[in-house]
Amino acid sequence: MSGLEATVLVLVGMGGTAVVAVRDPLRQAMVASLFGILLAILFFVLQAPDVALSEIVVGAVALPLMILLSLAKIRGGSR
Amino acid sequence: MTPRVRRVVFLVAAGALAGVLAWGFGGLPRFGTFDGAYGQILNHVAVPQRHITDVVAAVNFDYRGFDTLGEEFIFFAAVLGVALILRTQRGEHAGHLADHATGRAVPPTSDAVRVLGLLLTPPAVLFSIYVVTHGHLTPGGGFQGGVILATGVLLIYLAGEFDDLHGLYTEPALERGAAVGVAGYVAIGLLGMAAGTAFLDNVLPLGRLGSIFSAGTVPLINLSVGLEIAAGLVLLLTNFLHQTIVIRPVVGRSA
Repeated sequence: MSGLEATVLVLVGMGGTAVVAVRDPLRQAMVASLFGILLAILFFVLQAPDVALSEIVVGAVALPLMILLSLAKIRGGSR
Repeated sequence: MTPRVRRVVFLVAAGALAGVLAWGFGGLPRFGTFDGAYGQILNHVAVPQRHITDVVAAVNFDYRGFDTLGEEFIFFAAVLGVALILRTQRGEHAGHLADHATGRAVPPTSDAVRVLGLLLTPPAVLFSIYVVTHGHLTPGGGFQGGVILATGVLLIYLAGEFDDLHGLYTEPALERGAAVGVAGYVAIGLLGMAAGTAFLDNVLPLGRLGSIFSAGTVPLINLSVGLEIAAGLVLLLTNFLHQTIVIRPVVGRSA
């Protein structure tokens, strides 16, 4: 395992832990987006550019966006 | 269940899980090695056999094309489910376009976001077309290109208002696009049966290795997958945006 692979693996581990550790859903969506980018970098470093491309868009954009929109809907309705 | 009992149950379960995990990790092959016979064979035969330079695409859309067809239908069913759940229901009505949380004024979109959105949209659309049409040559393909195209549409929303998207497409057009995409995959599969071989068999001319017209049915499947994913994902985003921004509970009763 190269130093780069080890570094990115550790970063992904830290990112995943951060997603679970953050308790506020709004911030969690942002941290999850960052985690998606980290995962995409890991896939790229491990020479899986196909998966990295999908992960950038789905993990870093589409999923956090849907969480944000759901939060906006829930909070807009309750106030 | 008292907190103490709960903690004991958790510790026992966590200990058992840690043990099984450690046992499983111990049996993994060394990092970076791969001893799957199927993968080794494909790496050697895919390029000469199918005139394709992206072996991942060869596996997804040719050798294991039937599995991917199943995944396309999973995505299609998921989008249908979202569209069904997020429709305007009884007790709700489509209100005025109110692109803000209730109770406070709309902050105007900053010029920086508008300019960046407008600048990034054309490259995103162009790149998505490149990724879809070169799926059999370089990393990427219908799914990746489709989601990038949907991101281009999302950039237009971010740079402006929800209203700006209305001139671009209608929901029935998106629904038809997704349906045509997934049906196109099945139709390409039926080509094989029409030619007297198996479903999803690669029966089209394979072309010259490395050219855009090569790899037989794979580029066509990429096109239909790209159409389905792009239309389906934009439909998904539109439904979420519509539910968040437009639909409001009818005043005087809770939805």
